[in-house]
Amino acid sequence: MPNIVDARGRSCPEPVIMTKKAIDNNPGGEFKILVDLDVAKENIIRFVKSKGYKVDVKEKDKEYTIHIKK
Amino acid sequence: MGSNKKIFICGGIIGLIAAILMKFGNPANMGICIACFYRDIAGALGLHGAETVRYIRPEIIGFIFGGFIAASLKGEFRSRGGSSPIIRFVLSVFLMFGALVFLGCPLRMILRLANGDLNALIGLIGYVFGIFIGIQFIKKGYSLGKSFNQTKISGYVIPIFAIILLIFLIVKPSFISFSTEGPGSMRAPIILSLILGIIVGLILQRSRICTAGGFRDVLLIKDYHFLWGIIGIFIFNLVGNLILNFDTFHIGFANQPIAHTESLWNFLGMSLVGICSIFLGGCPLRQTILASEGDTDSGITVFGLIVGAALAHNFQIAASPKGVPFNGKLAVIIGFIVVLFIGYSVIKNVQGQERVSKEVEKNA
Repeated sequence: MPNIVDARGRSCPEPVIMTKKAIDNNPGGEFKILVDLDVAKENIIRFVKSKGYKVDVKEKDKEYTIHIKK
Repeated sequence: MGSNKKIFICGGIIGLIAAILMKFGNPANMGICIACFYRDIAGALGLHGAETVRYIRPEIIGFIFGGFIAASLKGEFRSRGGSSPIIRFVLSVFLMFGALVFLGCPLRMILRLANGDLNALIGLIGYVFGIFIGIQFIKKGYSLGKSFNQTKISGYVIPIFAIILLIFLIVKPSFISFSTEGPGSMRAPIILSLILGIIVGLILQRSRICTAGGFRDVLLIKDYHFLWGIIGIFIFNLVGNLILNFDTFHIGFANQPIAHTESLWNFLGMSLVGICSIFLGGCPLRQTILASEGDTDSGITVFGLIVGAALAHNFQIAASPKGVPFNGKLAVIIGFIVVLFIGYSVIKNVQGQERVSKEVEKNA
């Protein structure tokens, strides 16, 4: 089961910081990050890609689930 | 095209537009200045008594229109808010005090630097220092809390405010006053300012450029993406000025237009702006764009900036080319105390909540 990071309703830079903390606590793990802002989605994707994660994004009603794994 | 190259060019267009606006009449080294422009708007609305800085800047109206149009077209317009609005208001008032002691927002700081004003270099060091302090709070869990969806009309308040400003600008009712001398009287033609403002707003909304975010991300997560946008603004504005505004370009500290040489206060003023921008989640430029796309917390921030500008002039806080008045220095010091106390109490609160939720988990 991937760990879930719920960053909905959070404004920048919090979603990226929450993601960073989650990754630092569990390096190489699998995560589902929930966000509801396009800019948060973009920032997280750029950040996790720079850390070497594979990214898969699903959208439902303007909420995004960013699935990341190594 | 790589994303860094794209944002570099986006920033570049903004830098060029700033040079063009200067060429066509905006104050020297102030093609665009969010702090100064809100200050001018506050003056035009009669909120402060400084006669030389009153004008409804069409650029601000343009930024809001551009941001609103881009967000609406991309389906990103969403009425949201409720993340500590009153704290944001206080932070934005003190942000404005810091900016008007330095004489410019972070964007104008970059533009001043691109015109050879080395006082802006001191300001930049101060700004980055303030951002560094703000980041220490973020690392300890600083957060103004979640925002939530709001009723649709809330998100339209700022775009409607921009429409009202445009009407006031064109109709100019008797209660609206514009400067006949000083910086407020220096303006590019309305239609040019408005159109270029809309273009800047569109670019800012799509690129998400934020002067605070640029330095923050480098220091916090070693991401240089947004910094490239800032570098783009600087380089293209520099080139634009060398071509269009060569007569006002000179490198040095003294005799720079609408600037003073009190380095300590240039440094501290922009440090305060840096901390406030980090605590608010974006610089005044970015807040304006967020406000235009339905973020009511940023909308409150915009109103805080306007009130802050009015107070800065009514209380003799704002600096002038002659220097920083005593009240300005006092306001910056009080600003540091207030803002750091806000940061401290927010962290205490967040840590308390974490402790409670851990105990609940344990007991469950």
